[in-house]
Amino acid sequence: MILRLKSLGMAGYLLLLYGFIFLPVATLVLFSFQEGRFPIPPFNGPSLKWYQAVFSDHKLTSALTNSLLVALISSAFACVLGFMAAYGFARYRLPGAAAIKATISAPLTVSYLIIGFGLLVSFNLIGVSRSLFTVGIGHVVINTPLCFAIIYASMGDHQLNIERAARDLGAKDWQVMLRVTAPMLMPSIIAAYFLSVTFSWDEFIIAFLLSRFDVTLPVEIWSLLRSGLNPKTNAVGSVVFLISVVIVLLLEFTIFRRGALRDRQS
Amino acid sequence: MAASVALRCKGWAFVAPALLWTLAFFVIPFLVMVMYSLWQRTGTTIVKTWNLDNYASFFEKSHFLAGLSNSLEITLLVTVISIVLAYPLAWIIAERVPHRWQRLALLLAILPFWTSYVVRSYAWLLVLSRNGYLNQSLLGLGIIDTPLEIASTRIATVTGFVHFFVMLLTLTIYANLVQLSPNYRRAAADLGASGLQTFWHVILPLTIPGVMVGAFLTFVLCIGDYITPQILGGNNELVLPQIIMLQITRRADFPTAAALSIILMAVITIAYILCARWLKMERT
Repeated sequence: MILRLKSLGMAGYLLLLYGFIFLPVATLVLFSFQEGRFPIPPFNGPSLKWYQAVFSDHKLTSALTNSLLVALISSAFACVLGFMAAYGFARYRLPGAAAIKATISAPLTVSYLIIGFGLLVSFNLIGVSRSLFTVGIGHVVINTPLCFAIIYASMGDHQLNIERAARDLGAKDWQVMLRVTAPMLMPSIIAAYFLSVTFSWDEFIIAFLLSRFDVTLPVEIWSLLRSGLNPKTNAVGSVVFLISVVIVLLLEFTIFRRGALRDRQS
Repeated sequence: MAASVALRCKGWAFVAPALLWTLAFFVIPFLVMVMYSLWQRTGTTIVKTWNLDNYASFFEKSHFLAGLSNSLEITLLVTVISIVLAYPLAWIIAERVPHRWQRLALLLAILPFWTSYVVRSYAWLLVLSRNGYLNQSLLGLGIIDTPLEIASTRIATVTGFVHFFVMLLTLTIYANLVQLSPNYRRAAADLGASGLQTFWHVILPLTIPGVMVGAFLTFVLCIGDYITPQILGGNNELVLPQIIMLQITRRADFPTAAALSIILMAVITIAYILCARWLKMERT
């Protein structure tokens, strides 16, 4: 009897917490299908008119394209920088390695607001105008340590022998890195890439401080918020959520699932 | 000898791009910000005389100090509530949910993590606003007569933050719990400990370092965040990042904003030093 009560209590707790976690998202998605002008009860619908409003809003669609471009390109840069640094630290003994690692990882410990503001005053000082390009620079700064940490953690000594074999067979260093090491580490490289894509895609404060005329999606949504509660914001928020969830599920069912399988076999 | 020098040079070539990028776009901008914090803004121009006036004015003006104490109060409250809510959730998922469902349970628990950060705060506004979901439900059920004013208060800010950090902490505490060897539990049971005693004297102490890492992460992310307090807390009881953003966007007072940013970093550094002995991460 006590046991029954205990597991009932646990089920209740699970239900309560999952309810809390899903409450805002469920409200957001539900009222994106609202027929009327306000995303508040009572719900009448469903209607797709706010989705239509989102996709016919030129500002929102171009912000969406900008966000995708900045995310895809800046993450590629961050991944290449992070991978090369990880390879350098794992395969060569460098003097002062600890200090350099600390420097490369340092942006992880500083608030985005401060990173963005530092870049803003610096660009201001040397007369660089704000654009999507400067936003991209900021996003490479925050994502390089992330990519470095993820890829470095997956570089073990077990790949060393294969790299040595490649070298013995006459491969040059950069050939070893590109054609032997990189393919072996592909799962973690892809994971690092997509994680930084989602981070960049969702990043607000750096993009807000460093952009001017062309803006990214979070900044455009931010200016949409000034009109108060609006089903259109719900619709665009639901679209963003859908895109992120698709990326996460793709990762879950491709790379991580394969990694888990291989772990089990070995 | 020559070979090892050549090897070193090659190693440098791999590390250099990331290092140079970080120096150019992180370290130098930080130094520029420090320099700005020592300058003054008078009228619309920036006077490049070096002194500590901006830091002095932080301690003289009460609204700056109030911002810091609001930040600290909200952050500490959020950290404590989030841990208290997330620990049991992580524990139930790790210990009571059947093994084959655990990954799904965890994936579900952090799914809203992937909504846009700006949109997530807005979604809480939908729930908490005067005519929002919560008020309408409570009015409909007859629990309250007049709508609760939650939006634009500290309660709304804390709710939005707790939602985010419960997901984050559930993930980190779960990871901590599943890597504990089952031998600890067996040994405790062999020595006659009850389930509660095992948890209290064995499992909980073993997971404290992991919880502290999560708590520190919560502290850092929470105290530096601008979006959640701005959307949910509104313009009452401003926190430090809101005050910094006001200096940047409204007043174009970069020197004061720079000084406040450095004070914010100092607070985070102090928090790091206070928890440093707990923060021995496995891979550094």
